[in-house]
Amino acid sequence: MKLYNISFKNIRRRKAKMLFLALGLIIGISTIVTLLAITETMTVEIEERLDQFGANIVMVPRTEALSLNYGGIDVGGVNYEVREFDQADIPKIRTIKNAKNLGVVAPKVLGAADIGAKQVLLMGVIFDQELALKTWWQKHGAFPETADQVLLGSTAASVLGLAPGDPMETGGRAFQVSGVLMPTGGAEDHAVIADITAAQAVLGKPGKVSLVEIAAFCRGCPITELTLQIAEKFPDARVTAMKQAVMSKMQSIELFKSFSLGVSVLVVGVGALLVMVTMMGSVNERTREIGIFRAIGFRQTHVMQIILLEALVLGIFGGMAGVALGNIAAWGITPLVVDAGGFAGVNFRTGGICLLMAAALSLLASLYPAVKAGRMDPSDALRAL
Amino acid sequence: MTDHLIEINSLNKMYDSGGTGVAAIDHMDFYIDDGEFVSVTGPSGSGKSTLLSVMGGMNRPTRGQVQVDSLDLYALTPEQRADFRSEYLGFIFQSFQLIPYLTLLENVTVPMAITGRKKKEKRDMAMAVIDRVGLADKALRLPDQLSGGEQERVAIARAIVNRPPIILADEPTGNLDSRTALEIMALLQELNREGHTVIMVTHNREMERHATRSVRVRDGRIETLDTDWCTK
Ligand SMILES: Nc1ncnc2c1ncn2[C@@H]1O[C@H](COP(=O)(O)OP(=O)(O)O)[C@@H](O)[C@H]1O
Ligand SMILES: [Mg+2]
Repeated sequence: MKLYNISFKNIRRRKAKMLFLALGLIIGISTIVTLLAITETMTVEIEERLDQFGANIVMVPRTEALSLNYGGIDVGGVNYEVREFDQADIPKIRTIKNAKNLGVVAPKVLGAADIGAKQVLLMGVIFDQELALKTWWQKHGAFPETADQVLLGSTAASVLGLAPGDPMETGGRAFQVSGVLMPTGGAEDHAVIADITAAQAVLGKPGKVSLVEIAAFCRGCPITELTLQIAEKFPDARVTAMKQAVMSKMQSIELFKSFSLGVSVLVVGVGALLVMVTMMGSVNERTREIGIFRAIGFRQTHVMQIILLEALVLGIFGGMAGVALGNIAAWGITPLVVDAGGFAGVNFRTGGICLLMAAALSLLASLYPAVKAGRMDPSDALRAL
Repeated sequence: MTDHLIEINSLNKMYDSGGTGVAAIDHMDFYIDDGEFVSVTGPSGSGKSTLLSVMGGMNRPTRGQVQVDSLDLYALTPEQRADFRSEYLGFIFQSFQLIPYLTLLENVTVPMAITGRKKKEKRDMAMAVIDRVGLADKALRLPDQLSGGEQERVAIARAIVNRPPIILADEPTGNLDSRTALEIMALLQELNREGHTVIMVTHNREMERHATRSVRVRDGRIETLDTDWCTK
């Protein structure tokens, strides 16, 4: 017989009582585990949605000239005729180390084109990519489906006096206006947007690309890292990260994460309080027993050891039960909250941390009751017969 | 000057009861020698249990001193007093006080949980005292599977398992029928003859005759002294 035998025998022979004592922990830990599992799935989903929210890296040919455009207003001179990329080189972007963090890659060719007597900005794009990037674009009519259809920016349409369905001619090629964009406030308001190959032909730039917009999201790794990797593959390019876009993505996710962290802290607090109250109750109930131990000659520290060991075992047991229950709950609840994905599977790291936390919590919450038990006046304890 | 086993000097113990102090022990002076079997009798509320807990180092007196084997109990730290109890005392409580979730054998082994002996040695010592009180065949039962007299025997076995020089018993026969009570008294006498000093507290004067000396208390004071009693 050692002190730990007393703890173990108490736990073994009073299972119902111990289950009650562990209840606070089980509820607390399982809530946290459920919450974390759901948060994880939701974070992934939010990231996916945010990824569709515009480009955050722009790659342009290196140029010595300064931009003559500020806030969409040109102050004279056309600065488009610089250098260009070969469209055939663009797929090299996907060979960078962090290629898996790349979303949409949308190359485009830019140039001035004559339509009737007017000169307009002609922008050649790959519509599938472009529309995947510009999810906020809204239009009258339809998006182009064939290479001889074009999309007009709102200002361009009104200046040219064209509407969906109208024919249009430029560079000796006939096109049809399939749709007109609603004003976006962006450069596209002034542009005629055509299929990239058609635009290259009209502009006399076959196989050339003026600019590439890239949507990337890098969980955990900084976006600058990605731009450096791309710049390495394209020595003649200037690769710029639009940090603001990334920051706001990060912020939305961080906000969500700190929310669930806050809830977790609250749950842990309530759980700890519950454990402390039940432990306190258990110590009071065992007043007599503690009095006997003290009368027999157990030191205060011996009594504390017995109680803390019980708390530790309860913590480990409660933690394991909580992690198991939490995962079961997450498996059941996740599909209801997150429409895209289901339960991501048991996360053993989170489970392990929660288990440790339960044990620590149980010990911590039992510290005061244990000290109180140790300090209990043995004669008082025995008077409570 | 202190060749007595236990010496009690100018003892006083006040309890706070609703603002007014109650003297559970008004004034007591006496000593107990090694090998005695002292019975302390008196009506309920006369301060007997208080005296026992003060002598056991579990209840600090308001005034006065308790010396055991020349140790001034209340000059020690609480942990030192715990060690003192483990080494010197075996308590037998009113209404047995066994640990409900431990078997008879385990209950008797509890006092050895804090002493450094081998597992087998502890078991042998426990079985020896259980055999001694005649319960060897019931060693694996839980307390609620034992009769009152049997529980009392377990309590005695537990009190003597560490071979303490002093046994303190509070109303050891209070909850027993008279035949069982006599058996218990015989057991205590036997332990006394084997060298344990026994101090028994009871409201039942019948039990006085089993002791080698009796002390009567009333209202926290010693009432009469036995013939060979001497005050200092
Ligand atoms: N912890 C305590 N607090 C207040 N009063 C107490 C306490 N313990 C005992 N008393 C009082 O002290 C007196 C003596 O009690 P006790 O020593 O239990 O007597 P006995 O054992 O002879 O019946 C009684 O009046 C009792 O009410
Ligand atoms: Mg009493």
